[in-house]
Amino acid sequence: MTTQADKPVKEQRSFPKPQFTDAEAGALVFPSSGSRAFNYYKPQKMRATMYEDVTFDVQPDPERHLLQGWIYGFADGDGGYPHDWTELRSGDWHRFRDPNEEWEQTIYRNNANVVRQIQQNLSNARKAEAYQQWTPTWTRFVERNVGAWMHAEQGLGMHVFVTIQRSAPTNMINNALAVNGTHKLRFAQDLALYNLDIEEQLPSFDGSAHIAAWQSDPVWQGVRETVERLTAIQDWAEATFAANLVFEPLVGELFRSHLVMQIAARNGDFTTPAVIGAGDGDYDRDLRWTRALFDLVFKDEEHGGANRAIAACWLDQWVPLSLDAARRLQPLWSQADEKVLRFEDGLDRAKDRFVRLMDGLGLGSSAEGMNQ
Amino acid sequence: MSRQSLSKAHKKITELSWEPTFATPANRFATDYRFDRAPKKDPLKQVLRSYFPMEEEKDNRVYGAMDGAIRGNMFRQVQQRWMEWQKLFLSIIPFPEISAARAMPMAIGAVPNPQLHNGLAVQMIDEVRHSTIQMNLKRLYMNHYIDPAGFDISEKAFANCYAGTIGRQFGEGFITGDAITAANVYLTLVAETAFTNTLFVAMPAEAAANGDYLLPTVFHSVQSDESRHISNGYSILLMALADEENRQLLERDLRYAWWNNHCVVDAAIGTFIEYGSKDRRKDRDSYAEMWRRWIYDDYYRSYLMPLEKYGLKIPHDLVEQAWHRIWDQGYVHKVAQFFATGWPVNFWRIDGMTDEDFEWFESKYPGWYAEYGAWWEAYNRLRHPGANKPIAFEDVGYQYPHRCWTCMVPCLIRQDMVVDKVDGQWRTYCSETCAWTDTTAFRPEYEGRPTPSMGRLTGKREWETVYHGQDLADIVTDLGYVRDDGKTLVPQPHLDLDDPKKLWTLDDVRGNTFVSPNVSLNEMSDEEREAHIADYRGRSNITPSTV
Ligand SMILES: [Fe+2]
Ligand SMILES: [Fe+2]
Ligand SMILES: [Zn+2]
Repeated sequence: MTTQADKPVKEQRSFPKPQFTDAEAGALVFPSSGSRAFNYYKPQKMRATMYEDVTFDVQPDPERHLLQGWIYGFADGDGGYPHDWTELRSGDWHRFRDPNEEWEQTIYRNNANVVRQIQQNLSNARKAEAYQQWTPTWTRFVERNVGAWMHAEQGLGMHVFVTIQRSAPTNMINNALAVNGTHKLRFAQDLALYNLDIEEQLPSFDGSAHIAAWQSDPVWQGVRETVERLTAIQDWAEATFAANLVFEPLVGELFRSHLVMQIAARNGDFTTPAVIGAGDGDYDRDLRWTRALFDLVFKDEEHGGANRAIAACWLDQWVPLSLDAARRLQPLWSQADEKVLRFEDGLDRAKDRFVRLMDGLGLGSSAEGMNQ
Repeated sequence: MSRQSLSKAHKKITELSWEPTFATPANRFATDYRFDRAPKKDPLKQVLRSYFPMEEEKDNRVYGAMDGAIRGNMFRQVQQRWMEWQKLFLSIIPFPEISAARAMPMAIGAVPNPQLHNGLAVQMIDEVRHSTIQMNLKRLYMNHYIDPAGFDISEKAFANCYAGTIGRQFGEGFITGDAITAANVYLTLVAETAFTNTLFVAMPAEAAANGDYLLPTVFHSVQSDESRHISNGYSILLMALADEENRQLLERDLRYAWWNNHCVVDAAIGTFIEYGSKDRRKDRDSYAEMWRRWIYDDYYRSYLMPLEKYGLKIPHDLVEQAWHRIWDQGYVHKVAQFFATGWPVNFWRIDGMTDEDFEWFESKYPGWYAEYGAWWEAYNRLRHPGANKPIAFEDVGYQYPHRCWTCMVPCLIRQDMVVDKVDGQWRTYCSETCAWTDTTAFRPEYEGRPTPSMGRLTGKREWETVYHGQDLADIVTDLGYVRDDGKTLVPQPHLDLDDPKKLWTLDDVRGNTFVSPNVSLNEMSDEEREAHIADYRGRSNITPSTV
């Protein structure tokens, strides 16, 4: 047996020589010499986007081109991406396109921009000794409540979105879920590292207070319970629906946009809104793709009605839980020194937004009863 | 970030997870492994704050190189022989990549260790990166290489070509069945730790030697994420080893995963490197030499063997057996010959071998010419249409092989073929280990122990069954491997694009009926079958030089 260990030591290294091959597009004309587009799928518009080209059909489907079917199965014999992993049905799941057109380049550009922006803000705050200007009351608010929110993002990111990106029937949906999960994990870390940053600058700041707040402060137990219950949902579409269309507008935006973003500046805090604002920006993006997905299944010619009926049941379950979590946050509105906002006003705005969302998806009547 | 602030950041991030009390995450993917007694092992740490800018920077280098390649007319120097095989390779590889992303929740659900969860989630997004960056590379090839046919049907062809199905195991194997078998042993301990070296290091070197420096740019960038993935897998392995009960499963899964990866990856990458290259310098390493370094020394001896002291049973015999197949039994050569035999149902063109190639093969693999030389001479002689049928339908002393039910590469080392009646059907296997995989490993019980989470081999596993008894022209039409004039085939057994008369059309392949070896085998009487098997195993299948 000869192996390379037996080879004599080379005296001179040799290199492959470049050769002129003229294998460039257009060098010759022959059948298909001009066929320069992926032609196995139909782009949504006239011209395929980069996003579609690098995403479509990468996860095969026996209902499209997969000739021999899935060649590995689970113990029950199901392979690949079974359609019954959600109760919803679609005439064609492949019609879904992510309006954010997320692929490799957009993912890294966006998230890198966000972290750069946050770092810049934090370094400015450090230079200006901004945290030192906070009142003790506001400091407590940030360490406990802004801190507690990091857990909600982490839980949803890891155990809802990262988890269910294995489950949807197309690559387009699963990638959107993966990107959504990435946003949440990044935002959770943004909040944790922000917390660390303050801890390092401000001796009176208790960097571990967020843990107790999340684990046992009665104010946060409704949110924690809802998040934990969201992670327990089996059906990937229900999990997406409940997290992005119910929990986020009723609880996430209530806390982030209608509380923290409104009162931070009035309490002399200009850095927290920069960090929290990034999470709101993520959610805008995540909401865009989520609406596109559910718009598609609720308007499905054959299954739309049945899908809306299923979603109505989901609303029955998740709206009360989220509203309860929201209401239990109420004491936070009186914890800051500058309390210019009333909880009920914030909640009304959150509910308005939610009802408009549901209206837009044709679920207005199912959402109406939420005020009772 | 400084090292100190990085370690503080890591520590801070551990505060994010908590023990739930109202409800626990849904249990989607079952495993027979147990981790309740395992001490927690941490993988390489990653903070997203530094991760995103770092990867963006890597991306910028890749896209800069792509712009440069186009501006510098790279395609005036790429070898068509090489680029044609990229139609197959780049149809397959984005699927394993995205499957690796999809596998992450399986590992996350199985292993109770929040630190590890973070590493696995970052791996998920890495793998989305890999899949889409590779699709983009393929798109660039389609736009700038002389012959886009085959690239333009890429993902469809991947899904309906027999070769795509072989490759799909390296992907489906990550996402189905027992969560740890799939997402840890098959994906990380074997595919990533052992075989990404040949995929992402050896292959790019060969690409560069054939004038393509974009593939190396993209794949080195991909490979630079791999050490983190390997570290994730290693942490899970150490946790699994802590429970004695897992060791039997680990032994089973390492045997299966090692052997299947060998069958599939060595078939494909071995062929690309040995038969896709025009670089015939005698001092360039052969695939066997690369394998010896990357797989045998770096993986087997440096990574696997040290794990023995933790109680891991290493498949020493199967490592030696794989090497024996590559070095003594011509595994790669026989696979390449099979790909070329089946050229009409490929979606890429395969260049014939020349005297210069013969010489190189003979010097690297003494005895090569006696076994394969005459067949490649026949391949060249029969390469143009008009006077003859495709080589598979001409008598050149080469019998079309049975397919392995498990790895789906044909049973090319004929004397080793195993035949067994399994689940009511006569099946053929390339090797004892592939037979064992189907009959013993992928079952609800293993060595008397219930394994309710273990996966199943499913699907129409013999590609030929789907087209049994059909005309070759109809098959190629159904597959969609026809060029835009509606008659010229995408695949060709040569690279001559200059003369339309040299290009095979549907008419040139019509009148040849395709037969499934497995269907035929199952139609035989017991005596016929026994005689057939004895003949199959005993036949040299070497093309006589007089043909
Ligand atoms: Fe990868
Ligand atoms: Fe990987
Ligand atoms: Zn096999």
